[in-house]
Order: sequence, then structure tokens, then C-alpha cells
Amino acid sequence: METPLTNRFEYLTRQSRSFLVTVVAVFIFTSLVLLVAGAPPLAAYYHIFKGSLGSWLKFAHVIKAWIPLTLCACGLLFTFRIGLWNIGIEGQVMMGAIFSTAVLRLGLESQMPTTIIYLSIVAGLIGGSLWALIAGFLKTKGGVNEIFAGLGLNFVAQGIILWLIFGPWKRPGVASMSGTEVFPPQLWLSQLASLRLSFSALAMVFISLILTALILRYTKIGLNLKAIGSNPSAAYLFGLKTGWNMVIAMVFAGGFAGIAGSLQVTGVYHRLLPAISSNYGYLALLVAMLSNYNVWLAPLVALFFACLNVGSIQLPMVLQLDSSLSGVIQGALVLATLGIHGWRKRWTQDSGQRTEDR
Amino acid sequence: MTELDITILFAGVVAGATPIVFAALGETITEKAGLINLSLDGSILLSAMAAFAIAFETNNVLAGFIGGALVGALMSLIVAVFSIFLGQNQVAVGFVLTLMGRDLAYFIGNPYSRIQGPQVTPLSLPLLDKIPFLGEVFFHHNLPVYFSLLLIFLCWWYLYRTPYGLKLRSVGEHPRASYARGISPEKLQLFYAVCGGLLVGLAGATFSLATKPGWGRPQGAEGTGWIALALVIFGGWNPARAAIGAYLFSFLQVIGIYLQGWLPSVPAQVFQVAPFPLMIFTLLILSIAQKESVQIWAEGKAHVKALLNMFSGMAPSALGKPYRPD
Repeated sequence: METPLTNRFEYLTRQSRSFLVTVVAVFIFTSLVLLVAGAPPLAAYYHIFKGSLGSWLKFAHVIKAWIPLTLCACGLLFTFRIGLWNIGIEGQVMMGAIFSTAVLRLGLESQMPTTIIYLSIVAGLIGGSLWALIAGFLKTKGGVNEIFAGLGLNFVAQGIILWLIFGPWKRPGVASMSGTEVFPPQLWLSQLASLRLSFSALAMVFISLILTALILRYTKIGLNLKAIGSNPSAAYLFGLKTGWNMVIAMVFAGGFAGIAGSLQVTGVYHRLLPAISSNYGYLALLVAMLSNYNVWLAPLVALFFACLNVGSIQLPMVLQLDSSLSGVIQGALVLATLGIHGWRKRWTQDSGQRTEDR
Repeated sequence: MTELDITILFAGVVAGATPIVFAALGETITEKAGLINLSLDGSILLSAMAAFAIAFETNNVLAGFIGGALVGALMSLIVAVFSIFLGQNQVAVGFVLTLMGRDLAYFIGNPYSRIQGPQVTPLSLPLLDKIPFLGEVFFHHNLPVYFSLLLIFLCWWYLYRTPYGLKLRSVGEHPRASYARGISPEKLQLFYAVCGGLLVGLAGATFSLATKPGWGRPQGAEGTGWIALALVIFGGWNPARAAIGAYLFSFLQVIGIYLQGWLPSVPAQVFQVAPFPLMIFTLLILSIAQKESVQIWAEGKAHVKALLNMFSGMAPSALGKPYRPD
């Protein structure tokens, strides 16, 4: 006789065992990669740790990376819920940044700087949503797979940024890859001087997380997305409009991504530059996958990924390694998690046991 | 002003298309067997890096090609194993590998960036290179180029004219039925994932040892994996048509370089990203051409019908849906 309590306990031990196996597997793999590259593994890990959590200032950098990552992950939860692969999120971040910059460049800062800043964030939201809307319509009306539509639009958005920086928005004098001219300080999102962290940006992330959780869990939209995502044909027979709901999910994702791009412009770089999206959109896809599409796990995974990203910036300086090690670790983590999840499922099926987890 | 020499232009198209042809053929084979290997972009970069590094260390171009091909096969094998034996989503695994392959390539390849290394030596084919025009365009290149030309035919012939090809296609169309005929869908999918992956790896090796010799961040091959994936759809899962798509794409790329010289007022960024909206547009046309209403509308209009047939081509029915034994 099994009581629910022992069941739960068994489930938790099984989960933590898988977690441990994942971590060990990734640790071994990454160390091997480091050895192949001719680098001392332990020193590399130490520098990543010190570079991300070594001081409050470094941690502030981590939070700065965490903000866009978490926002994008929030957006992706909507598209994953309905079964869409919104790879176009990277371009949606860029579009948000572009729209935001357009508002900030109007030259209205002398009258009401705070209003302009918030207006620019709204513009970013609209920009990201519009870019997502194109991919959504290409998918639902045009029959173009969202992966190809999104990816193509990412390249287009990148092209538009480069064109703007080297064309209409170029710096007086020479145009360069370092971006547009820096905005006047009135147009910077207010921030804590010592850590250069913005509380309003943080507040926006927390609101986004709560909104995402509420919408997905308690609204009809959330229910529809889940219904279509888990059983498209049943949802169709039930009378749910698949295409329309896909477009809604895309617009939500684009909106959050647009805010992320906007905050990169007003809160972090204070200008538009080619690498404004910093691959946070692509990385957020991994965050969503690794957090098993759970809205409360996603910010934690995002925090860990942000630590890896910021910490590995030290590697080129200290150990003459490429900073892409963070991407290797992140990818290995997701792959190992998928693999172990699959292995466990197969094993439990083979031995004829009933699986307790979803 | 750049002078336009038709012969040089087309020779450039053939040379530039070679790695894309390899990648598109490889992915066509894998997808024909029902498996999507989305990791192409990362696989190509990782195998390009591996090929260059191995060729540099051993000072042997052939070793580089073999190493690159094996890396491509390994990536494809990971997708296959995760999908077939671990029940994971092929798109998810492929996407993770896309990102990871790229980062791994940049990380391990760091010491090899921007250094001189071995590359494929040009080799004109005797007699054939004497044919006017065609000789210049097709037979004044190197061995990978000739191999790619031969491979287009071989792939088509294998898929459509041999019993093995029939089995391959049956697994992609209806794995359950082929199982009933005594074919193991799992084994065949695994095998053709490796075959396709070898070609993808070859594409990477061709990049770093012939088409754009050398390694660096960025290498210049970034984005081609996605183009190759789109070309498979463009080709309607037919290797010959996918290869034609690769040549068309290469033609546009070469023309883009000329246009840049002719139209200096247009920003270079426009030419760099132009392939991608074009990719979306092509996929859109393909999808519209296959719509039932369009097909009905074209009924009785011979020319339109012929044009639409050019765009027809269905995905293997079981593509992306791995076979689950009962």
C-alpha cells in the first residue's frame, strides 16, 4: 500500500537523483571540452564563479543579463504552451529595441523625460509584437513553418539595425559598429548609482512573471493555448480557433521580447548597437526547455544561465579562452536533462512500472 | 565597375554552391527517412572547425575531410538516438545542438582562428576541361566540387532507382507498414541519420578547407545550415531539386557581390540579409501553390498547372514522427 506521501517522497528522490546525474554528466563533458582546448578545467570554473558572484558589482551584471532572459522566457511560455517554436524571439527583441530607440530619438527629453522613457518601452512592446505578428500570420495564413519564418525575420531585424546604425541613425562623423550616439542621461532608465541597476526594470520582470502565471493558469486564453497545444485535433473539434490562438500566443511572446529589447536600450546600453539582443532570445529558448516550461523555475534557470554568461566573460582575459564556453555548458545541461528524462521514461516503461510524473 | 564575365560568374556559382549541395543532399536523405536533423547550422560550423583543426595538425587535407564528416555524423546520430530511443522531440534536440555546435566550434577552435592552414588544391579534370564554356564552369575546380556533382546523381539514383532507396522512403512514409514488411524502421533511420550527417559534415569541411579556407569567429558559414534546411523543402524532398535550389541560392549570392559593386548607394547590409526574406518568400509561394483552392483554380490552365507542378512536393508522411513499436 502506497500513501500519497511516500509517493511524493519517491518522486522527489527520483527527481534529485536525475538532477545529480545531469550535473555530473555535464561536469564531466565540460571538463573534457576544456581539456581538449588545453585549459585547466577547475581554474575555468573558478573564474566563471568569481566573475559572476565574486562581488556585488558582478552580481549586478548578472541581474542585468537576467532581466531580458527572464522576460523572453515569459514570452516563450505562451508560444511553447500552444506548441509553437518561436525562434523569431531574437528578432522580436531587436525590433523592440529599434522601436524604443525611435521614440527616444524624437528629441523630446527636455519636456517630460520620464514619460518619454515609458512611452519608449510601450513602443518596444508594440515593435516586438508586430514582428511576432508577421511570423504568426506567415504560420497561420501562409503555411510557412514558424521556425523558418522566425529565423528569417531575425536576420532581417539584424539587417535593419545595421542599416540604421550605418545609415539614417549614424553618429555625427563616423558610423561604427559601436552603435548610435548615446542618449542624453535624462533618457536613461533611473538606476541605482552604485550598482547601475534599475529597480523599475526589476519591477517589470516581476510583474511579467506574475502576469504570465496568472494568464496561463487562470484565464480562458491560457486554457485555450494549453488545450490546443496538448491535443490540436480535439481542440479543433471543440471549436477552438487554432490559427487565431497561435497568433495571440505569438503576440504575447513578441510583447515580452519587445520590452526586453527596450530595456536593453533605455536601461543598459543607452543606445542602439548591433549586438543589442545579445542572443538572449535564443538562450531563453533553452531556459524555457530546461525549466520544463514552468513559470517559477524559469527565472531560477535564467539566473543560473546569466551567471554562466557573465562569468565566462572573464575567460578570454584570464585564460585566453573563448567566452562561448557558457553556451557549451548551457547546451549540455539541456541535452543531458532531455536525455536523462527520456532514459528514465524508457526504463520505467520497460520494467512495466507506472510513471508518477507528468 | 566590375566587369561581368559569364564564365567566371558561373564557375563561382558552382564553387560556392558545393558545401550547400552537400548539406542539402544530406538533410534530404535524413528527412526522407522520416527524421528531421535541425542541428545543421551548428553541425556545419563544428565540422568546419574540426576539419580545419585536424587538417592543420596532421597537415593532411583528407584527414580533415574525414574528421569533419565524422563530426557531422555524430551530431546527426545524437538527434536520432534522442528521438528514436529516448523519445525526445527532434526539433528540441536539433535546436539545442544548433546552438551548442556553434559555441563548441568557437570555443575549441579559438586557437586556430585566423591562421594559415592547408586547403584543397585545384585540379582541372583532363579532357573535360577542354569543353568550351562547360569545361570552364564545371571542370576547373577541385575534387569536392566534382564529388558534389556526382553525388547529386548518386543520391537521386539511390533514392528512386534502387531497392534500398525504396526501403528508405517507405520508412519515412509509413514506418508501421515497412515494419510489417520485415524492415526495422529504427535501424534504418539511425543508419540514414548517420549517412546524412556525414554529408553535412562534408559540407562543413568543404567550407573551411575549400570554399572559405580557414577558421575564425565568424567563419562565414553561419546561416547556411538554415538555408540548406529550407532548400530541402524547396526541393520537395527530391535531392536533385534541392541541389538545383542550392545552385540558385549560390547564383543569388554571387550576383549580390556584383550588385554591391554596381549599386554602391545600397547599404551592404541589405545584400547580406537578402537571402533570408527570400527564403521566407519562397516557402510562402510553395505553401500557397499547394493549397487546394489554388490547385482547383489552376485546373484547365496548362501553363499555370505546369508552373505549380514545379513547386509541388510533399514531405514524407512520417517526418518528425518517430516509429514507436507496439
